[in-house]
Amino acid sequence: MTLIPLFMVIPLGSAFIVVLLGRFKETVSDVLATAATLMLAILPFALIIPLSQEGIFVYRMGRWIPPWGINLVLDGLSLLMLIIINLVAFLAILYSVSYMKKFTAKSTYYGLFLLMLAGMNGVVLSGDFFNLFVFLEIAAIASYALVAFGVEAEELEASFKYMVMGSVASVLILFSIGLIYSLTGSLNMAHVGTILQGQKGNLISFSMILFLAGFGLKAAIMPFHAWLPDAHPSAPAPISAMLSGVLIKALGVYAILRIFFNVFGMNIQLSWILMILGALSMVGGGLLALKQNDFKRLLAYSSISQIGLIMLGVGCGNYWGILGALFHLFNHASFKALLFLNSGAVEYSTGTRELKKMGGLSKAMPFTGATSAIGSLSISGIPPLNGFWSKLFIIMGLIYAGRYVLGVITILVSVLTLAYYLKVQRYAFFGKLGEGLEKVKEAPPLMCASMVALAIICIGAGIFFYPIMKIILEPAVRVLQEGVGYSSLVLGG
Amino acid sequence: MKNGMTLIVRVIARFVSPMIMVFGIYIILHGHLSPGGGFPGGVIIASAFVLLTLSFGKEIAYQKLKESTASVMESAGALIFLILATLGIVFGGWFFLNFLPKGEPFRLISAGFIPLCNIGIGLKVGGGIFAVFLTLILFRLLEKGEGD
Amino acid sequence: MMFFLCFVLFLIGLYCVLIKKNLLKIVMGIVIMEYSVNLFLITVGYKAGAVAPIVTEGAGKVSFVDPLPQALVITAIVIGIATLALIVALCMRVYDRYKTFDITKIRRLRG
Repeated sequence: MTLIPLFMVIPLGSAFIVVLLGRFKETVSDVLATAATLMLAILPFALIIPLSQEGIFVYRMGRWIPPWGINLVLDGLSLLMLIIINLVAFLAILYSVSYMKKFTAKSTYYGLFLLMLAGMNGVVLSGDFFNLFVFLEIAAIASYALVAFGVEAEELEASFKYMVMGSVASVLILFSIGLIYSLTGSLNMAHVGTILQGQKGNLISFSMILFLAGFGLKAAIMPFHAWLPDAHPSAPAPISAMLSGVLIKALGVYAILRIFFNVFGMNIQLSWILMILGALSMVGGGLLALKQNDFKRLLAYSSISQIGLIMLGVGCGNYWGILGALFHLFNHASFKALLFLNSGAVEYSTGTRELKKMGGLSKAMPFTGATSAIGSLSISGIPPLNGFWSKLFIIMGLIYAGRYVLGVITILVSVLTLAYYLKVQRYAFFGKLGEGLEKVKEAPPLMCASMVALAIICIGAGIFFYPIMKIILEPAVRVLQEGVGYSSLVLGG
Repeated sequence: MKNGMTLIVRVIARFVSPMIMVFGIYIILHGHLSPGGGFPGGVIIASAFVLLTLSFGKEIAYQKLKESTASVMESAGALIFLILATLGIVFGGWFFLNFLPKGEPFRLISAGFIPLCNIGIGLKVGGGIFAVFLTLILFRLLEKGEGD
Repeated sequence: MMFFLCFVLFLIGLYCVLIKKNLLKIVMGIVIMEYSVNLFLITVGYKAGAVAPIVTEGAGKVSFVDPLPQALVITAIVIGIATLALIVALCMRVYDRYKTFDITKIRRLRG
């Protein structure tokens, strides 16, 4: 219980200490950042058992009682997100220790990274709208700076685009928060939920639309996706892994789930909107990914497609759909982070991101080749890897809900996914060694270690899907299925 | 611009900037009693440095207060704030607990740890805003150096 | 009426972001949007005949305007400053690389 604020204290404190001490010696900042994220990666697992006994933790900041004071809420969904965020962050930091050597100002990089981490942890823990907005902005501003970290022309352009879109999204979210405050006179999510229950009106619908547009922009759902394929490939590889694997989920998908399920309450129109947007971005992202020749850009389009799949599963609203969507959230974080780290390793060794200039790399880089094969098979849904189970659950959910057409589309998109990942494997890793690649060496050991760890997570979550489902995913599904009952849990506790 | 502005501006700036700084410190210290607090006070203090920079030219101001000093101030301010918040766990068991005695209302020493928080925020904001300003003008300086 | 004017200001900012070709004008559009939302939040807390929420010694019972939106607005302004500083620095870097502020000429990334 007293551990909950540590999720903000550790990254924030270590961010500033790293910047202060990193001036003197670079290894100090390496060690500090790794130690801090390692602690954070272990911490959520310590909370699993107490949470399963209590059901929900409400942490009152400064001993102020919920509707008046600021509170942090930890329930099943938040815990799932915390596990995903901190695990991927630890492996990305481990990877950056070697990867970021070619950049200057490594301590600044760690500082920004840890600030982004603090922001994301804050978003998933905060129990009121305004703190959610503040933490979201902390994470977003750190990520704008990180995308432009290389200060090359393309990176600056991508970061500018990302920043304009992100700022517009933030303004829309703030506008909607203002509307909610003027309607209810409260900012606490649980309190707003109790006041809004059963009410209907144009202003409520308007604020829902604003939230959907704002968080949809952050999550890069299809009509709002334009910034993602530029921003994610331009960042350094560990940051791409964080952005694609975690940030769009914590800032976009999590916020949509929390606000629409637990505060406003789901209804049939909303569920159709989520399903249609999800299906649109799933198909569109997949088709656009197919014609890309840039390794990281292909992965970025694939992220749009997979986020669409998650929204589709959430939208169908029954047990299997939500379970599959949340499991896919976890799985996508693991394999997309793995694939981005692979692309970073390839770029580190060969100096190119063009798929057509590569070839035969699995002989020269055995670890990268093997882990990327696992990642590609897993994202395409080949049993017994983890992507198979989550896609199966989503399709089952769609069929139980009677949406047969969407189920068939999901299966077709799954085949499409397999097609473009086979393209990656064929051009980059199989076949004859490409020209000028004779001297390519495997990436440094720390980079390999974090890639292997992610590959093990992919295989492990596939084989042991049942315990993961029971221990981590089911509490999260229960939170979403309770719907607006969340309010009474928070205010009563 | 390279060597600052005219004599009149420099004399006035030298005369006025300590007063601006004192005013900023006043705003920070009275943050719990009157409008103001860490953020406005910090911005006022930073504006005193900005005034000096503009009137004396960036080279001289850069010798007086380096960008690194400003960013150290910024990090230190944030750490003070964070440590105060964490001390709440140590003394009372809750994060952000106001663990100091509240004192008598409307006196300078009152409201527990809020004045201390304001000082931390003031350091952070003052350092941060001035670091931003310096970074922006120094970038122009470097760019010009490359162009010549 | 005030709410309507805030919305008009918001739309002006949005127009500026969507239509203008100059990087700095786009930045100005974002800032206008932010300020319109801040103005909206302040007007939400307005109460006719109320005074600013400052408790002074020996004052009688008076009605205050809602202080919470004002606290929100100052936080939003701080965030706005951070974003603005970053985006202006970014614009300078972009100009350094491309030697232009025209968004139609800054297209090195494919669609």
